[in-house]
Amino acid sequence: MKVKFLIPLAAFMALVGLMYFGLSNDPKLIPSPFVGKPAPQFSLPRLNNPDETISVSDMKGEVWILNLWASWCVSCRAEHAVLSKLIAEEKIPTIGLNYKDYGTEDYGDDAKKWLATLGNPYYAVAVDTKGMAGIDWGVVGVPETFVMDKKGIVRYKFTGPVYQKAVDETLIPLIKKLRKESP
Amino acid sequence: MKRFVTTFLFTLSFLLLVPAQAVKIAFHDFKTPAQEQLYLQLIAELRCVKCQNQNLAESNAELAKDMRDKTYELILKGGTRDDVVKYMTDRYGDFVLYKPPFKKNTLLLWVGPPVFLFISLFLLFRLIKGQKKELTETLSSDDRESMRSLLKTSSSDNK
Repeated sequence: MKVKFLIPLAAFMALVGLMYFGLSNDPKLIPSPFVGKPAPQFSLPRLNNPDETISVSDMKGEVWILNLWASWCVSCRAEHAVLSKLIAEEKIPTIGLNYKDYGTEDYGDDAKKWLATLGNPYYAVAVDTKGMAGIDWGVVGVPETFVMDKKGIVRYKFTGPVYQKAVDETLIPLIKKLRKESP
Repeated sequence: MKRFVTTFLFTLSFLLLVPAQAVKIAFHDFKTPAQEQLYLQLIAELRCVKCQNQNLAESNAELAKDMRDKTYELILKGGTRDDVVKYMTDRYGDFVLYKPPFKKNTLLLWVGPPVFLFISLFLLFRLIKGQKKELTETLSSDDRESMRSLLKTSSSDNK
């Protein structure tokens, strides 16, 4: 009998707990179905040399990064310095997938200007005018960053602009770990 | 009369605005009505991952448009409902479906509501049953006896 009056309180606390859990979950972080699976293929023209193509299969045998970006994307500008530093320090080959950029019909004047101003950290920039390679990679919103292992398996997806803490605590340890794995 | 004609013509002129707006909505041609039906059904059931509380049909997001176009392309190539759903879930996971499949991690989603309904119905019936008991048991014969004697005394007092 004494315990009975505590039931509403317990139910209320349970509800609060559930709601708190709901608040701490970011609904924009959709779990990527690609993690643990082979990287989706594409073969796209390169920004600086449209006659040549760059494909996912070119990266086989190396730990590499795919970074989806666009010149119209403000968060991409925000992450650019952090990402450039990571690429330079770890010497990690990175493909920039230029997603639906303006003026990409004539191979990306805006994208070229963006890289000329901010610096080009990429090993190669693939031009995805129609955004179809983006969909193949399950794009929700740029920027998105994927890390692939030597076998070409997607091992990690970062949604949104990368920040220094995530680089130091997650990306660099992961890259170091993946580099030790046998190809 | 002249006033009426001007008003009528003025009103009529608004009809001309409609086609201009309709151009914005991408119109798709289908080979069969069944394909069109499938397309409409799919874009209502697939979720826009960018603006998460809208389906593909409702959303104005660029990505939703691309996903609608992809759906159309797949259907036109003769893709079935399962083909399109597989294409989308391969890329976006079950998240893209407004009708999630029955799986281990969606168990609570599917089983939860009926379970909660049964629990609350059970509690409700128990509560109603308890109330009935209280109503019938309030007056015992002793209670009635003492009540009568109380009434008698009070009525004689008033006289």
